[in-house]
Amino acid sequence: MSYIITNFRHPLSPTNKLGFTRKDYEGALSTLCAGCGHDSISSAIISACFEMSIEPHRVAKLSGIGCSSKTPTYFLGNSHGFNSVHGRMPSITTGANLANRDLTYIGVSGDGDSASIGLGQFAHVARRNLNMLYIVENNGCYGLTKGQNSATTDLDSVNKSGVSNTFEPIDLANLALQLGATFVARSFSGDKQQLVPLMKAAMSHRGFAFIDVISPCVTFNNNPGSKKSYDFVREHQEATSSIDFVPMEKEITTQYDPGTTQEVTLHDGSVIHLHKAIEGFNVHDRRSALRAIKDHQERGEVLTGLLYVDTDPVDLHDVINTTHKPLSSLTESSLCPGSGMLKSINDSLR
Amino acid sequence: MTEPRDLVNHYHRVVDCQYACPAHTPVPEYIRLIAQGRHTDSYMLNWESNVFPGILGRVCDRPCEPACRRGRLQEEPVAICRLKRVASDFKEDISERLPDIPTQKNGKHIALIGAGPASLTVARDLLPLGYDITIFDDLSQAGGMIRSQIPRFRLPSEVIDEEVGYIIDRGGVTCHLNHRVDSLKQVLAQDFDAVLIGTGAPRGRDLNIPGRNDADEHIHIGVEWLANVAFKHVESIGEKVVVLGGGNTAMDCCRTARRIGGKEVIVTVRSPFATMKASPWEIEDAQHEGIPILDNHVPKRFHTDNGRLTAIEFELVRAEYDSNGKRRLIPTGEDNVVIECTDVLIAVGQENSFPWIERDIGIQFNDWDMPEVDPVTYRTSHERVFVAGDAAFGPENIITAVAQAHQAAISIDLLCRGLSLTEKRPPPDYTLVSQKMGVHEWSYQNSVANDERYKVPLIATDKALADLGTEVELGYDIELALREASRCLSCDVQTVFYEARCIECDACIDVCPTNCLTITHFDREQGSEDELRQRLVGPSKNTEQPLYISADLNTGRVMIKDEDVCVHCGLCAERCPTAAWDMQKLLYKEAQVTACHK
Repeated sequence: MSYIITNFRHPLSPTNKLGFTRKDYEGALSTLCAGCGHDSISSAIISACFEMSIEPHRVAKLSGIGCSSKTPTYFLGNSHGFNSVHGRMPSITTGANLANRDLTYIGVSGDGDSASIGLGQFAHVARRNLNMLYIVENNGCYGLTKGQNSATTDLDSVNKSGVSNTFEPIDLANLALQLGATFVARSFSGDKQQLVPLMKAAMSHRGFAFIDVISPCVTFNNNPGSKKSYDFVREHQEATSSIDFVPMEKEITTQYDPGTTQEVTLHDGSVIHLHKAIEGFNVHDRRSALRAIKDHQERGEVLTGLLYVDTDPVDLHDVINTTHKPLSSLTESSLCPGSGMLKSINDSLR
Repeated sequence: MTEPRDLVNHYHRVVDCQYACPAHTPVPEYIRLIAQGRHTDSYMLNWESNVFPGILGRVCDRPCEPACRRGRLQEEPVAICRLKRVASDFKEDISERLPDIPTQKNGKHIALIGAGPASLTVARDLLPLGYDITIFDDLSQAGGMIRSQIPRFRLPSEVIDEEVGYIIDRGGVTCHLNHRVDSLKQVLAQDFDAVLIGTGAPRGRDLNIPGRNDADEHIHIGVEWLANVAFKHVESIGEKVVVLGGGNTAMDCCRTARRIGGKEVIVTVRSPFATMKASPWEIEDAQHEGIPILDNHVPKRFHTDNGRLTAIEFELVRAEYDSNGKRRLIPTGEDNVVIECTDVLIAVGQENSFPWIERDIGIQFNDWDMPEVDPVTYRTSHERVFVAGDAAFGPENIITAVAQAHQAAISIDLLCRGLSLTEKRPPPDYTLVSQKMGVHEWSYQNSVANDERYKVPLIATDKALADLGTEVELGYDIELALREASRCLSCDVQTVFYEARCIECDACIDVCPTNCLTITHFDREQGSEDELRQRLVGPSKNTEQPLYISADLNTGRVMIKDEDVCVHCGLCAERCPTAAWDMQKLLYKEAQVTACHK
């Protein structure tokens, strides 16, 4: 097996604003099963960070345990990384983010890591609106332990041994919406045209941005009857709208027919263009998203795309009124402002 | 665009070096054999295809190397030519592997006029079939221009003797050396079943400028002078030599002059340095021996003093190109340059010449006074007369002569058996075999070496210049050869795609280091390749490299592969969960006359 990838890249590889090529955002060669959807998600993260010209050393990637949580090794090899305890990625990210709010945080988790052992952590990080991109690589099974049904396995989905699932699944996008997440989307590892702009928008969003990415497990959950197989998702996928993302500093040049396109401007000035949205859907209305998810689920369809966005969110730092600087950049004089300051504080309390 | 019937052609094009080689020698395969230490096998694979591996491994024009994929990856090509020499240098005795020459002849007599690479190749191809071969040549030894025009410090006699010997010393050949053919009519009258003209392009062009005839004794035609040196008719030259011309013959002339008395040897070229015709490596070799090359110098007159050459005068020019790209040399208006010299070597081109072919024996001549030759069969308008090598379409190189001669041999054999020369030509032979050994294990070296090209060791310049017969290049040793061989990207190991197995998971697209792959919609009827290239994952600007376009996948999309910068690492096949991609070795062999007898 080839554990090493050649140094050769396309000689005409484009460079981004920082002068980097895509190679500067790659990681080690994947050791996941050949054909794993997770590898496509890693590739989408690489594309998104490259195209957004994010400095690799200004990104922290965090994960828990599972196939999904192995993937940070396979992208952004020049970024900070932390492989935490099972289901505890949200706590670690919260700590890291509170210490240094200037980095871009990408948390990568799986359906086991987020919907089973880490469900509590998931609920609280969403509720607190921590500024991060939270990706669940959702394959509907425990791939690392031979493919048992997980908490997100769909009702009546048939596993590799031919047995139907009899439990109701947890729909993480639905849950995130109910818990107050300010950016919620669902996508599919086999649809980078949708996934990459969603990731870019999510990283530009100031607050908790959640993307539930259906990512087929080729080894244990890509069989006929599975509701998370490549074929099933391709046949049953319907998008809320198609999506384009225009970063803040880029001039908007494409003209869209006003009747078919909605512009969503994020707090930093970036614009999301949503074309040909499904009938009656409002991306700014939580209830609209919940209804749309339910409607599609009843029809046996998988609703993907941007489900909800709050363009004026209040993130955790705003709520608890933290300092605007990373803790590491605070100097002794600001941390120990001296007896004069102490006196004035004490006086103010008298 | 790829249709199944074109697949083999598509794969053949992917093997850039082999495709560029006129004889389509299976380059990656012979390099692989060298890497495995199988030098004799590598030599025989070469010998089968190009007849003169030891010779070509030293002096081939190497059309393969500029085509090498590494060049498109902004790197130096693999040293294909010098690896061929390695196979020759380190091989064991091959006599047992040579084809038997039957003592029972087939009753057909073939005359070959000229004993150069074209004739020798025809002889090699026909001898094992029982043909009786008669060779005529005006020189004292067989080999043609290989022997007469290439200096011994680039190609030792022993190498020529050995490889020419494999052909003419094994029975079935009658050589009439020192025998100049003055009349084709007379040869035809001798009842040969077929006659091949393999006389090359023997006449060096002269330069008729003022003073030319006054100093004839010290003004020499390059190719003639080289032949005279090779056969020891000339053993010295004056101290100050000017070589006129910028081709490979000029490079051989200046380096030869440097070794037999020329102390100050200068090359002058009419055109700018960058457009010189000589191969870059031959220019480099000349410069390495301290020979200056003056460009934009147009010779205007020879200066003489009492019939003795004293100098040559040049006009200085610059090149200008009109809107059609046609070059004109415009005088700069500076004073003419006069260079003192004792001897001048004129190496400004070669010509064919056929004064010995009667014009009334049924061979049509074209506007350039060359015989009309069919580019497929190599037959002239005379039923029994064939032409191959430089004599056919003007000066090219050894490997082209060999390639043409293989085709001429097929034609001669078909003619002698009364078969159609066009309809019965054998197709090329190929095999396409999976290299999969197990899960993620391949039987070819798929990890790509990033090393830079290894230099061929040279003998010290003072030693090289001291003797005309000392070979300058020492050749790679085993260790260096192994390293250089591992630079080969194995372009013959093809990425073969099976549409029906593809689940469109994108794994191959994600892992491909050079962004060769795309899955997208494409309308075969209406769609254009140019438009398609805009939509591919990687930049697709090199339209000379083919696109592979699969049949429809499940979703109605197609798999596209831009072959341009694929490094054949096999990661697409390794990351494919359903083995829709496989790495399969194409061994493509151009047809030879033996294929007619299988």
